[in-house]
Amino acid sequence: MASQKENSSAQEPKKKVRKKRLLSKLYPDFIIQRDLEKCIKCKICIRECTYEAHGWDEKREILTEDHAKCVGCHRCEAMCPTGAIVITKNPSAFREHDTWKPWFIKNVYKQADTGGVLLSATGCAVPFRNYWDHLVLDACQVTNPPIDPLREPMELRTFLGPKPDALQVELDDEGRFYLKTKVGPWIKLEVPIMFAAMSYGAISLHVHQGLARAAKELGTLYNTGEGGLHASLYEYGSNTIVQCASGRFGLHVDYLKAGVAIEIKIGQGAKPGIGGHLPGEKVTEEISKTRMIPVGSDALSPAPHHDIYSIEDLRGLIYALKEATEYKKLVFVKIAAVHNAPAIASGIVRAGADVVVLDGLRGGTGAAPTMFRDYVGIPVELALAAVDQRLREEGIRNWASLVISGGIRCSADVVKAIALGADAVYIGTPALIACGCTMCQRCFTGKCPWGIATNNPKLLKRLDPDTAFERIYNLVHGWAHEIQELLGAMGLNSLESLRGNRDKLRAVGLNETELRILGVKHAGE
Amino acid sequence: MAFEIDAKDIHYRQVNELIREAIDQGAREIVLKNVNGQRYLAAGISSEVKIDVYGTPGLDLGAFMRGPNIVVHGNTQDGAGNTMDEGKIVVHGMAGDVVGYAMRGGKIHVASDVGYRVGIHMKAYMDKVPVIIIGGKAGDFLGEYMAGGMIVLLGINSRYEHRPLAGLFLGTGMHGGVIYLRGEIPSYHLGKGLSLEPINKEDEAILEGYLVDYCQDFGLDLQEIIDEKFFKIRPQTHRPYGKLYAY
Repeated sequence: MASQKENSSAQEPKKKVRKKRLLSKLYPDFIIQRDLEKCIKCKICIRECTYEAHGWDEKREILTEDHAKCVGCHRCEAMCPTGAIVITKNPSAFREHDTWKPWFIKNVYKQADTGGVLLSATGCAVPFRNYWDHLVLDACQVTNPPIDPLREPMELRTFLGPKPDALQVELDDEGRFYLKTKVGPWIKLEVPIMFAAMSYGAISLHVHQGLARAAKELGTLYNTGEGGLHASLYEYGSNTIVQCASGRFGLHVDYLKAGVAIEIKIGQGAKPGIGGHLPGEKVTEEISKTRMIPVGSDALSPAPHHDIYSIEDLRGLIYALKEATEYKKLVFVKIAAVHNAPAIASGIVRAGADVVVLDGLRGGTGAAPTMFRDYVGIPVELALAAVDQRLREEGIRNWASLVISGGIRCSADVVKAIALGADAVYIGTPALIACGCTMCQRCFTGKCPWGIATNNPKLLKRLDPDTAFERIYNLVHGWAHEIQELLGAMGLNSLESLRGNRDKLRAVGLNETELRILGVKHAGE
Repeated sequence: MAFEIDAKDIHYRQVNELIREAIDQGAREIVLKNVNGQRYLAAGISSEVKIDVYGTPGLDLGAFMRGPNIVVHGNTQDGAGNTMDEGKIVVHGMAGDVVGYAMRGGKIHVASDVGYRVGIHMKAYMDKVPVIIIGGKAGDFLGEYMAGGMIVLLGINSRYEHRPLAGLFLGTGMHGGVIYLRGEIPSYHLGKGLSLEPINKEDEAILEGYLVDYCQDFGLDLQEIIDEKFFKIRPQTHRPYGKLYAY
């Protein structure tokens, strides 16, 4: 045997095996700190961590940590019965450099390791100016009284859909006035907050069920996203927006007729200009049924709708959908907020959309190339102000409702959006955070330890639909009351009176250009 | 007895209302006369009704439909069979661009040429296998992003004698399904990551099954069609972008 080996090595010069080292694994983002005095070695952390950051050393009978695998989701910390675990930022520091922050260094390592495209989740993480944080609201003092919503009527009701240019009122034979102008169909929202498109596939069925129920109880709408509609959710039709995106997954006549509105997704704030890839690993049996594609096959959504290359083509699809559903559904058109959003929005309104949706730079996602998430698109605050202004100037603002999404974090953001001209907002990320999301931004792995962005049958059980419903409902219920209070303080008793009422806003610390675009005076003016 | 609708000078919305009314009244066969560019005919209709169209239908004929059997006695404009689910569209002439976009089931038979971007993102599911058979030639991007189903390109009845069977970027991004070509195509017309090879016995049997129906629709001789050499295009992987990302 030995001589054989020698022979073979004599024929071929010995090749040195180059050991590949992944630099991206050398400098973990987080450190798992375990207090050994508190730890009872119950191994719950091992079972809870889907990224296998916790381990067990059989020989030494101790728990081990692989810090490089920790994504910072805090699941182990939350589940540890003795509070023995703390997840902290890795204190190990690179030499300070304002240009070469660790984020960039580590990204270069990752790409040099794999040659791949950087992938992220959630919305833009770059600290571009957040205009909500530079806008403040008015309140009544002395000259007009505030209204207390606890004791006086306060209306948050919103009607989505085109409003007539003028109303014609006539007298009937018996001398009573009646409305001659035909109006509607409209969608009535009891709160101006809807749930943004998040597909079944990107998020779990239980979250979808929770969103649907919350929408029903709150008198608002949720959006199916592109993943089709699960059979268990057809009963929530009157609170459903179904989405028609470029992949047309799970899209058929019953689906189109299932909701009260159909949203044509042209773009998404987190990744304007590109399509979506749901990896084959995430296409499970159930997902396959809903999307109507084979188990394990990639679900690729092309960047454009290939039947839409112009505003005229968009009109084609809008009316194809309206014809197919006999004009009973409103058609939303959602675009990412980009440079020419006002002109595009004008075209969308003229193409016949009933609702225009602007999804801003900070709009979330389960998966987007990092460069798109962080650097493509514009903040929705500016886009909203510019679009509302443009539609007003063209005299077509009433032809369609305006909905915005992307970066709404609290009820004050909602109120400011309405004052800037929005009819309603979509929220996605806040609903997920309500369910326990810790913003670890690894949704695309399908391993969400909180059972939110996964459809792994085992992980799904970590969040039941009732809990999801209750928590999402609570959040919006709380926001709705805050909105009433903020309106009351301004002396307004209905949301309608605030819509596009930019005089209720003042800016702090913005420059002339920003003030002009927002159409808002500086505080003190 | 066929139910007749005269589409002369009336809006598509009205034509579709009349079609729906006729179906509600139990019509199984409808004849549309004097169609002149009306869009969305039979869009979203879920019924196994036969519709004979005389004239030229406009955009998105039979979009989202589930079941109707539409025969167009002439040409049709862009978007025929857009996202259709079930049923059949037979065109005794040419069809425009984007025929059968994202269709999931049913058949589209075109006697002559089709335009650009035909059969994009067709997909199959369970017993649903969408099929487009084109008698003439096709423009660029035929079968782009194709995820399932079948496209057959015959090239026997074309107005463009000197053009190749299909345009450029044939099947680009394709990750499922199959495209059959009657005759060869320069390899530079083909998208990346695809294989082009002669068909085998199994393919012959499948093709023949579908071509019998096609020949019946247009009164063609099956033998004459299958005597020519066929090639098939298939994706080399079902995960064309599986290794794109760095986590």
